[in-house]
Amino acid sequence: MYVLLNAVRCISDIFLFLGGAELLFNGVKEHHVTLPSQSEPWDMKQLLVWIQQNLLKERPELFVQGDSVRPGILVLINDADWELMGELDYQLQEQDNVVFISTLHGG
Amino acid sequence: MCQVDENYHDDLDPAEMLNVSKKCIKCKEASAAVVIRVGDTYCRGCFKEYFIHKFRAMLGKNRIIFPGEKVLLAVSGGPSSCSMLSQVQEGLSQTAHRKLRFLPGIVHIDEGGAVGHSMEERQKALAELQTVFKATGFPFYFVPLEKVLDLPSSVVATATAPSEHPASAYKSAVNDFIHIDSSSCSTPLDQEETSIPEVQESHTQFLQQLIVSVKTLTARQDLLNTLRQHLLVDTARTKGYSKLMLGDNCTRLAVKLLTSVSLGRGAQLAQDTGFSDSRYGDIISVRPMRDFSTKEIAYYNHIFSVPSVFIPGLDTKTTNKASIQHLTESFVTKLQTDFPSTVSTIYRTSEKLQTACRSSSTADCCDRCLLCMCSLDTAPENASAFQATLISEQLSQNTFLGASRSTKIIPRQNQDPLESEIAAPTGQCCSSGGEEGCGSAENYEVCYSSAHRPQTADVKSFLCYSCQLTIKDMSSLEHLPQYVLSEAWRRHSRSQMREEISEFLLDDGDEGD
Ligand SMILES: [Zn+2]
Ligand SMILES: [Zn+2]
Repeated sequence: MYVLLNAVRCISDIFLFLGGAELLFNGVKEHHVTLPSQSEPWDMKQLLVWIQQNLLKERPELFVQGDSVRPGILVLINDADWELMGELDYQLQEQDNVVFISTLHGG
Repeated sequence: MCQVDENYHDDLDPAEMLNVSKKCIKCKEASAAVVIRVGDTYCRGCFKEYFIHKFRAMLGKNRIIFPGEKVLLAVSGGPSSCSMLSQVQEGLSQTAHRKLRFLPGIVHIDEGGAVGHSMEERQKALAELQTVFKATGFPFYFVPLEKVLDLPSSVVATATAPSEHPASAYKSAVNDFIHIDSSSCSTPLDQEETSIPEVQESHTQFLQQLIVSVKTLTARQDLLNTLRQHLLVDTARTKGYSKLMLGDNCTRLAVKLLTSVSLGRGAQLAQDTGFSDSRYGDIISVRPMRDFSTKEIAYYNHIFSVPSVFIPGLDTKTTNKASIQHLTESFVTKLQTDFPSTVSTIYRTSEKLQTACRSSSTADCCDRCLLCMCSLDTAPENASAFQATLISEQLSQNTFLGASRSTKIIPRQNQDPLESEIAAPTGQCCSSGGEEGCGSAENYEVCYSSAHRPQTADVKSFLCYSCQLTIKDMSSLEHLPQYVLSEAWRRHSRSQMREEISEFLLDDGDEGD
């Protein structure tokens, strides 16, 4: 369904933005991350695991649930709803911009 | 049958959502950026148009806000209320005939004191909000929640009849306004109010005692909502605003609706979740964001850089089961993710309830709950959950006290933790000498033991079923703000007086005044 890009080995400068969810990340809202190289291209599913292992400081259950993000956390990839991008199967590219917005306790 | 079932599942299966088209369904040209509901994909431009139109349509169709009227926007700093603020700004910048024609002001209630934030954290959040508010050019007010301690008891007393404007009045008001529209509508900024107010530490402590005296998070959140509402209404009154605009969105209202049912607020559902809420009489609250889901708002705010300020609340970072409100929120959020259309079904239920309740809500002020100001739903009705609770409460108390001879169903709080009295002007419960003054013979016992002061039972009798439950979770009522206690005292003495003169009143017209 989604075209495989030429094997991206090491993806640098993925921009992560966490709106309303930054409390879980030590209050840091914006992260520029470099993902380690791997033989397969990185997809969103792997990114979530990586975030959980490397960035999440506390209470992972408030950010992820199962393989995906917790209900109530919206994801935008390059400013488009990730539902349009294949959600967990989306394959990351250089300079991608990934935004997580928590809609919980927004008033 | 089998066929029907399959179709049903097809509609709801979340996996089907991936088949959405990648083009905007409106202009059919630009590539889609946002998925609002299954299959509803919009490009940025069309999404913005759709959003703005929806906001204006909501205000337009309800015709509750009159041209030139002063409207106070309650902005918590969260995405929903900040989005509302930006929509009002947007509406005021439109050209003549599409322009919103009311005069907005902003109020922010700083709840940091109740939530346990340090003064520094509070100042920091307020400074951020100040930047946002200043950019709008609207007058704005910062009100610390501690101010509830100084509220006048009129907040929970008066229920001036809402002025009913006939439909024609709206039209003529619009015409009148168009003529004077050329004059600038900027209100001079009140410098004192726009600065961040100082809060006395003793007040914060008192507020914290009040919050801490409530044992469950569910009741705390409920009480906090009530106090906030009182403060908003009072601010609107003292600053001369006649409408209050709240940022409740569809998701939040769905949560509120389900929570209300769980908290025994069934009778107040319509007012709690409808578009407009007139329980405070002269100040009418409106909820123009009620057609928007949190998802739409979050996307709009992000894509069009609407600033919001994140302020942790009572339930931030707690577990799902910490409170009923929180549990309901995660339930509704999960519904929204898996079955997006069901959430709007929940909140539309509230629209259907509205008309049914409206007609019967013309109660006189003494028949309104002391806290939430809704019509009292505690009139004795056999076989209601309320009566059942009272009976079982009484039975358990009977065993506790030994053989009590009381038979009348009146909640009596004779146990220690609830023994606290209203700190009201020296009570004179028994002053008129013995049983008569206390209403009835059955009450004599209570009255005697409370030594000349109205008791907790008296506060409770002025509350609706749900607020009674909240109060029940408080370890002591003496922490309640003075305005609540003194209004309780006023109502108590009034009903007592009525009792005393009852034999001189005509039988059928039971309540004069
Ligand atoms: Zn479009
Ligand atoms: Zn109530």
